[in-house]
Amino acid sequence: MQYIPNILFVIALVAGIGYFTMNIRKIIRNIRLGKDVDRSDNKRERFKNMAMIALGQSKMVRRPIAGILHVIVYLGFIIINIEVLEIIIDGIFGTHRIFAFLGGFYDFLIASFEILALLVLVSVILFWIRRNVINIRRFKTLKGWPKNDGNIILYFEVVLMALFLTMNAADLQLQELGADHYVKAGAYPVSQFIAPLFDGMTQGSLIILERTAWWLHILGILIFLNYLYFSKHLHILLAFPNTYYGALKPQGEFDNLEAVTNEVKLMMDPNADPFAAPTTEVEEEPEKFGASDVMDLNWAQLLNAYTCTECGRCTSECPANQTGKKLSPRKIMMDTRDRLKEVGDNIDKNGSFVDDGKQLLNDYITTEELWACTSCNACVEACPVSINPLSIIIDMRRYLVMEQSAAPTDLNNMMSNIENNGAPWPFNQMDRLNWNKE
Amino acid sequence: MSETIKVPTMAEYMAEGKTPEVLFWVGCAGSFDDRAKKITKAFVKLLHNANVDFAVLGTEESCTGDPAKRAGNEFLFQMQAVTNIEVMNAYEIKKVVTACPHCFNTLKNEYPVLGGDYEVMHHTQFLKSLLNEGKLTVAGGRFKGKRITFHDPCYLGRANKVYEAPRDLLTKLEVELVEMKRSKRNGLCCGAGGAQMFKEPEPGHKDVNIERTEDALETQPDIIAAGCPFCNTMMTDGVKNKEKEDSIAVMDVAELIANAQDL
Ligand code: SF4
Ligand code: SF4
Repeated sequence: MQYIPNILFVIALVAGIGYFTMNIRKIIRNIRLGKDVDRSDNKRERFKNMAMIALGQSKMVRRPIAGILHVIVYLGFIIINIEVLEIIIDGIFGTHRIFAFLGGFYDFLIASFEILALLVLVSVILFWIRRNVINIRRFKTLKGWPKNDGNIILYFEVVLMALFLTMNAADLQLQELGADHYVKAGAYPVSQFIAPLFDGMTQGSLIILERTAWWLHILGILIFLNYLYFSKHLHILLAFPNTYYGALKPQGEFDNLEAVTNEVKLMMDPNADPFAAPTTEVEEEPEKFGASDVMDLNWAQLLNAYTCTECGRCTSECPANQTGKKLSPRKIMMDTRDRLKEVGDNIDKNGSFVDDGKQLLNDYITTEELWACTSCNACVEACPVSINPLSIIIDMRRYLVMEQSAAPTDLNNMMSNIENNGAPWPFNQMDRLNWNKE
Repeated sequence: MSETIKVPTMAEYMAEGKTPEVLFWVGCAGSFDDRAKKITKAFVKLLHNANVDFAVLGTEESCTGDPAKRAGNEFLFQMQAVTNIEVMNAYEIKKVVTACPHCFNTLKNEYPVLGGDYEVMHHTQFLKSLLNEGKLTVAGGRFKGKRITFHDPCYLGRANKVYEAPRDLLTKLEVELVEMKRSKRNGLCCGAGGAQMFKEPEPGHKDVNIERTEDALETQPDIIAAGCPFCNTMMTDGVKNKEKEDSIAVMDVAELIANAQDL
């Protein structure tokens, strides 16, 4: 009988971590549906970017208010999780505050956790006000699930922090009553003000209170962990690989399509024999240019989609969006993720992908959005976790132009001018130096 | 223009068995657009005055392919790139300067993988280096004390992180340089990039260039300085739309320097 709590705890822990691992593997599988792209170079610079942008939050603080609040919640999240380690050990072995032997250092740790918990509470409340009361356009434009998701996370944080502090306050009371098992340990700068609320409670009810808070807290954390998969809050984890694998080239440099290069070389090479029988790869399907669905994007772009926090910093800087066009780089990322999830579910159901008559283009992202982009890179610059919505827009334009010849008429004229006279306007190439004669 | 400056072509240099120090890549706008041609001429005057040994490709130059690439036509882009690279490599070109940030970005970043590796500079960077070497003097002259705001071209600024060269030059003109609320890495696009220059905008409630012109007008400038022929057009249209063309000029950094000295 004595071991029932330990057994229940281990079951909850294994179930929580197991389900989470299963979903993470699904995400990895889905990301691998993307095309290959080499991001194995420059490890040093990549580590530096990850340290600065993900760990150091360097781009978050470009917007100081949201940035600082976010740093607090983020630090709180990471540091308070040290406490989770103790909770797990205690839970498995039936011990209580196993790290208490650290003495003064333990006091310091618990005191820091408490102060952070309080700061997190305050920040989360301010976040909630920003999201729901103050008129901030990038939050106001979120509807339905994404809007709820943002709030649910905040409520989660409030509940977890409240449970943590309640647990400590009850523990403090029990310590002072000299209850068995409750060693005198830790410093409680915040919960000492909650403890008086429990004055006069019997030792028995205090233990029930402490145990309840303890259990709900750890179960809450396991639920939170599993909630991530369904939420934009995956960025807590994916921001790290995403900033690591982010592009290192100048933002203005768009990738080169190797397949096109090969064809162009062949066309330009006077020695190439156009009638020569293709050598080995006879029956190979011709490569598709650009992207009409998520499988045509590369894995780094798909990782981008899972990492997006839906913060809307990109969209709030986008010149097209600000002037009322349909384009929103945040929507591009959210659409890519939604479609990728849909494809993933399809694979889960059928074993492998079965054509569902849908694709990213048109069913999610319209051509009107794609053609409104000025390729200004404001979205790329604004994103706090190194996401590049522009690269997806360009890949989809490539599909429209090279596979479908579906560019707007004006652009077709521009392109035929380049093809015929080497300039986007109908001027003769032979007149290129005339400016000097005028 | 009172006197025509002799602009040598690479072909002429080649015929004499010489190679110039730098190729001036004029670009399509610089060659054909009436407004941009003035920028080209101003820059040539500055090069000439600083005794820079330069040449142009003239009729051998062709569109870099930038608008095709941004529109998604990688085929056309690469055809253009390969053709241009063939010409430039035949002339053994090492260094290129251009007054167009789109040409600059494409030549600098997108030509190397296709076999075209050159040292590429935007004209503001090149002028800055001439200034540092003492070959160019930039002094207040006509614009001393004027309020000037600089609009960062996306393909110079964010795309390639060149923010200081044009500002350093403007400061040397002893003008009052005022920043718009969105500038440098936060600068707002003029609306021309990504091949938008060549098409009608999608439906919305405003044109991007008007939004950007409003940013500029907020600083109450005498002059809006630009470093890109397309931004120049967009901002000029914006200023006209606001009926401010009589009091506010839109000028390229090169024009400002050349005009300050009454070149
Ligand atoms: S690159 Fe395109 S999507 Fe991104 S901010 Fe600029 S216009 Fe908007
Ligand atoms: S792409 Fe980046 S900036 Fe845009 S919503 Fe997602 S996380 Fe925020």
